[in-house]
Amino acid sequence: MAIELTVNGRTARFAGDPAMPLLWYLRDHAHLTGTKFGCGIGYCGACTVHVDGMARRACVTPMSKTAGHAVTTIEGLAGAGTLHPVQQAWLDEDVPQCGYCQAGQIMTAVDLLRRKPEPTDADIAELTNLCRCGSYPRIRKAIRRAALALRGEHA
Amino acid sequence: MRRREFLRVSLSAAGGLVVSLVWPHRGTAEEAIEPKLPPAVSRPLGAFVRIEPDGHIVIGARGCEIGQGVRTSLPMLIAEELDVAWSAVTVEQLDYGVEESGTPPELVSRYGRQGAGGSTSIRDGFDELRQVGARARWLLIQAAAEEWRTKADLLRTQDAQVVNPDGRTLSYAQLAKRAAMLAPPKGRVPLKDKAAYRIVGQRVRVVDGRDIVTGAAQYGIDSALPGALTAVIARCPYFDGGIAKVDDSESRRIPGVRQVLTIDGPRPGGPIDRNLAAGVAVLADDFWSAQRGRQSLHVTWRPGPGAQDSSSALEQRALAAFDQRGKIARQDGDFEGARRSAARAIEYTYTEPLLAHATMEPPNALIDLRGKRALLIASLQSPGDASGMVSAMTGIARSNIEIRLPRSGGGFGRRLENDFVAEAVLVAQKARAPVKLIWTREDDLQNDFYRPFGIHRLTATLDPSGKVNGWSHRVAATARTYRAAGMEDDPDWAGCVDRDGFPAGCVENYLAEFLPVEFHFPRGWWHSPLPTFSAFPVESFLDEVAIAAGRDPLDLRLALLGTPRELDYRDHGGPKVHTGRIAGVLREAARRIGYGRKPTPGHGIGLASHFTHGGYAAHAIEVAFSGDGALNVVRCVCAADIGEVVNPLGAEAQFMGGTICGLSTALHLQITVKEGRVEQSNFPDYPLLRMAGAPDVEVFLIDSPFPPVGAGEMGIPPVAPALANAIFAATGKRLRRLPLGSQLKG
Repeated sequence: MAIELTVNGRTARFAGDPAMPLLWYLRDHAHLTGTKFGCGIGYCGACTVHVDGMARRACVTPMSKTAGHAVTTIEGLAGAGTLHPVQQAWLDEDVPQCGYCQAGQIMTAVDLLRRKPEPTDADIAELTNLCRCGSYPRIRKAIRRAALALRGEHA
Repeated sequence: MRRREFLRVSLSAAGGLVVSLVWPHRGTAEEAIEPKLPPAVSRPLGAFVRIEPDGHIVIGARGCEIGQGVRTSLPMLIAEELDVAWSAVTVEQLDYGVEESGTPPELVSRYGRQGAGGSTSIRDGFDELRQVGARARWLLIQAAAEEWRTKADLLRTQDAQVVNPDGRTLSYAQLAKRAAMLAPPKGRVPLKDKAAYRIVGQRVRVVDGRDIVTGAAQYGIDSALPGALTAVIARCPYFDGGIAKVDDSESRRIPGVRQVLTIDGPRPGGPIDRNLAAGVAVLADDFWSAQRGRQSLHVTWRPGPGAQDSSSALEQRALAAFDQRGKIARQDGDFEGARRSAARAIEYTYTEPLLAHATMEPPNALIDLRGKRALLIASLQSPGDASGMVSAMTGIARSNIEIRLPRSGGGFGRRLENDFVAEAVLVAQKARAPVKLIWTREDDLQNDFYRPFGIHRLTATLDPSGKVNGWSHRVAATARTYRAAGMEDDPDWAGCVDRDGFPAGCVENYLAEFLPVEFHFPRGWWHSPLPTFSAFPVESFLDEVAIAAGRDPLDLRLALLGTPRELDYRDHGGPKVHTGRIAGVLREAARRIGYGRKPTPGHGIGLASHFTHGGYAAHAIEVAFSGDGALNVVRCVCAADIGEVVNPLGAEAQFMGGTICGLSTALHLQITVKEGRVEQSNFPDYPLLRMAGAPDVEVFLIDSPFPPVGAGEMGIPPVAPALANAIFAATGKRLRRLPLGSQLKG
């Protein structure tokens, strides 16, 4: 029986192996390649997406667990014509170097700011996504900047 | 010798101006080919500058973007001299550009150097690419002069317009078609004064930022071709081993698996110039099916001649090597004489592990072999080598091999090798289908060209006044020429012994010696290869000598550096090294961290510097230990002199990232071998720093009048010794073996 889920607001059906990780469904079947493969064991965070608004590592999330759920990828984060404040903050702080891990970093940061709109340094230090280029200091700045922007918008 | 390049001017399909420079071809594998001016054919695609009648200004990015920022910084150089606003420019990636031209046909390079390695992109491109922009501007001015029937030297340009002294203006868009009909300038044209720069020297954000944060940026692993099968390979885990038996019956039953085939590895003991290992490839409709197919294989491997080798055996061999004399890489004066008559001698030994590159994007390659043509899309650092290798493997002419250069998820020297491309070719040849090969992280950590393991023994002698009058640096490591193709004529210590690095030339009696050690694993280039290998022992030892001599470590370095002057430096980054610039970055780092102030109890500050690929960097690191003995990096300062800076925002990012890479490596990273196999398999046992362990990095770029060099690698080498020196300052404990992390507790 096909698995039915929502990907970036659209209904999708998948009839393949229910054990296939969401990452490879997104990349090979939905052709959404913004979500990246880094380790395959849920450690590095390059594949981070949102499932029902919460950060999940897509490389260890089997398709069977996505049935009936809403998946958001980096491609679905921005509104029409406008960037999400976290994406904008990433541009403002010039975070990316090679850029490969940044989709996962951004999806993780959006999740953090949803949980903790005023994150402390300790909250940010709990993020475990890897960046081989060492962009962490600019990621910290971008998260603080995005937190301000998000609070400004809500005010 | 300066390479001669030629301007090629043509008309775009839409009637605009297209400007290219053409170079005689020089891949790394081939000798210089005599330049020959190609016919002035129209080539609307793949040009450095394209100005369309609708006002569209497109600048071509020639380099491999691996995170060092060349898709931004190199086009900035062209835009500056073209005299257009950066915001008006669209940057387009150029394919690898090699073509045949003339009779008899000879290879010409359409864009000059496109590879990424050795922090050379800016150094090589600074003059060339400014000339591209300036010559395009020259053409536009000539076109305006014709239009107005006036003299070109009365005209100036501003924001994509040519301005007449009488107040009239013509836009580049209006002039593009006429300019495309003109004869190109003969040779070089004058460049702007630095004072007139409007783009170079500005803080410019990465050109692909928006694509990256929206997931639209394309990396090698994101490429696709209709009909391509996804391949994964189970490789022999023993280097130089092979396949004894394969049972693929289960694999073939996995839905989506299309083919299972075997490929050969390098000949044991032979050159390592293609793929690294024999293996069984599983080809499927998608990655997951291929991976399931691989997991269902039953393969019996044949261990190779190195099957019993291990890191501990390697270390024993390296230590034993010190009992014999090695090969002299540099000798000044008489070190042995100095040692015999020394008032005092100080000697310590430092050990550095094997390292893997661990690019975030694992190696991958998409290849389509179509008779006499081929298409390769992959994240690369050496597209020229890839082109030569694919041609040699397939017989397809290089000019018929199209190589696209998507962004790379990191490089760090891993992609200077094209073993993964060779694998894709071997698999595609057997499968008779286009193939997209993907490596897993486990494949990556266990099949790398590793930074060699090394043991360094340093000896310094002091005369009765306490002056350092003798210095010996002996290195035991795997030679760079070990089974490397095309390097047979290099001295085997190259890449292992920094013979001309500080304090060479600053100590009267100096000896640098190499002791080759055999090891059954491939070695490669790891992010600032020789400098990272050399800086930890040398800069740790400088501190030890200072302390033994009762001197301040900074004062001792400055005294050794002496009067600012140029010394010969015969390896990459030379031909000269400037002692005043080393002193300059050391002083700046020291000043910024407040070196010499009374330290907070339990804190320690360490300093180190290094000359890397033509650039100068120094780190000053302050550490503290918490009650439970955990290390805390309190401050991390980096001062760098890389000459004129093209993009300070990008350069600062490179030094910030280099520093954090240096900390990751110094604290935690090593590859070990046991019973002929690499022990590490994924990030948990190759633990790069995460957010919690990564300090803020204060980067200070020296305002420098020297010509620009790159920034990609200079930020790494001084980190490990500065950190070890800081740990000593805080605790009195000297750590002489990397990585440091496991030695800190208890």
